[in-house]
Amino acid sequence: MNTSSSSVKSKSNAERKAIRAERLQLLRRNKAFLVGAFILSFWLLIAVFGSMLAPYPYDAMDFMAVSKKPSGTYWFGTNKLGQDVFSRVLAGTQLIVWMSFLATALGTIVGGTLGLAAGYFKGWFDIVLMRLLEAISAIPVLIVALLAIAALDGQSSGITVGVIGFVFAPNIARTVRAAVLSEAELEYVAAARLRAERTPHILFKEILPNVLPPIIVEFTVRLGYAIFAIATLSFLGAGVEAGSPNWGSQISENWAYIFSNIWWPTLFPAVAIASLAVSVNLISDGLLEVFEV
Amino acid sequence: MKKYILNRLGLSVVTMFIVATIVFFLTHILPGNVARRYLGKSATEDDLVRFNTKFGLDQPLFTQFYRWLRDLLTGDLGTSMAFNKPASELLLPAIGYSSRLALMSFLIIVPLSIAGGIVAAMYRGKLVDRILTVGGLSAAVIPEFVWAVTLILVFGVTLEVLPVTAFPTRGDPTIFSQIEHLILPSTALLLVLFGYIARITRASVIEALESDYMRTAVLKGLSRRRAVVTHVLRNALLPSIAVIASQVPYLVGGLVAVEIVFNYPGFGTILRDAVGGRDYAVLQSGVMLTSLVIVLFQLAADILFAVLNPRIRSRISE
Repeated sequence: MNTSSSSVKSKSNAERKAIRAERLQLLRRNKAFLVGAFILSFWLLIAVFGSMLAPYPYDAMDFMAVSKKPSGTYWFGTNKLGQDVFSRVLAGTQLIVWMSFLATALGTIVGGTLGLAAGYFKGWFDIVLMRLLEAISAIPVLIVALLAIAALDGQSSGITVGVIGFVFAPNIARTVRAAVLSEAELEYVAAARLRAERTPHILFKEILPNVLPPIIVEFTVRLGYAIFAIATLSFLGAGVEAGSPNWGSQISENWAYIFSNIWWPTLFPAVAIASLAVSVNLISDGLLEVFEV
Repeated sequence: MKKYILNRLGLSVVTMFIVATIVFFLTHILPGNVARRYLGKSATEDDLVRFNTKFGLDQPLFTQFYRWLRDLLTGDLGTSMAFNKPASELLLPAIGYSSRLALMSFLIIVPLSIAGGIVAAMYRGKLVDRILTVGGLSAAVIPEFVWAVTLILVFGVTLEVLPVTAFPTRGDPTIFSQIEHLILPSTALLLVLFGYIARITRASVIEALESDYMRTAVLKGLSRRRAVVTHVLRNALLPSIAVIASQVPYLVGGLVAVEIVFNYPGFGTILRDAVGGRDYAVLQSGVMLTSLVIVLFQLAADILFAVLNPRIRSRISE
């Protein structure tokens, strides 16, 4: 992605730096943001190094140790197949972190580009796009995703990432469009036009850096929704490979056993989903507060 | 006003048409493949041809689209491939059940969330406010199924105080036992929706509290509480209507997961089965009906908003 540093060349250079320093300062004092960042860093580390920490392969079954309570040998206990719940939670981290990150990045790139274009060109392109977006938002995200996954016959995480990305694009486009509409009226855009800069240059080099804050906030908000949606889809058994250690799949496979008081294969992935989702939310909340100041 | 309503109605029709287009072409993204995907790898060419003729899949795509739209408009929701009976026989009772759950949830969610937003606004910046806003929005990002499973674990299995299915199984259910069975599912939905509605209510109450008319009311000698009840609420609740309507899609999406956990024979369960069984007619009609409900809700909210808000009302009548 284009960072703002490339366009910081005008006289507002020092001014922008000051704003950025002030925002960082505010973030560092925001407790909710810090807690969120701490938990998210924890999960990111697990996503990268988790497989090294896992005491057992996530799919190894031990039929001598079925549905064992959490203990020194099995920290989070074992499930009905004798698989180590701790190792499975570690393995699932990588899946959900990558899938939700890629889906959100895809949605942000597609939606951001559409929003930039709609806000800049206006006219029929904008009208058609906005009508389309309104129609798409009349179908719940989860249901569009289910429909698309059924249509594409996708028991694959790749297809899920694509579907979630495209479903998110309209909302991101709307946010970016709104930000661009007010930017496009400003003098530096008119100046760039008078310099006969090419349109892509104006869109991505002049306007984009100035609408980055709302895009960053929207990205973190959507990242939270992506975690929400991917966990739910995998719980419904859609869009993930069979037998994958996805957190949602782990819960759908094991939750019926909580009635026999075997709560550990359900509770640990549930806590994992909750803490990851909340950490992202705390971060986006903190960013929202700081950027709106 | 009449012109405004007609205008909004027209836009809703356009929206529904676009939804129909998306739903139809999404299902037919891989042309000619529906029969193969439905019948599986072992089906012979003859089977495929017979299946395609039976469901009209041998026609050109646009003819199929036209017929499908025409059928929908005349109330024909297509034929379920899995059960070989009209999709409406599956969908309509299920939607009845889901509406009951949704209504019950709404009756709990809306007053509680609005009350939460008002309390947070009155105690702005205090601990109560932090708990309600940060806690509310944190709860909102945790998926419904995680809440549902956790609620069952705590209240159904550990404490054994509430039923763990959404539907009374034995005997003829009394109203009371029906409501009792819907408490946990509704709570799961509440936890997800509370944060958004409360936050918007809070923001608009704060705005109203800082307004000139509020200052006038207080200077006039009204107590703070009385001023809030008579002046603030009327103005602050308006934005909440719009937000509540915008939450309907999330409520419907959440129903799917909640119904499955609580074993509730609603629309979500049907949809999940239709995805699993590649039952396209049920899927398409199900999504269309869902979108129709959502679009109608948004239409009603927009009109209500305009009727209640004098500023918009006068702008419209100009």
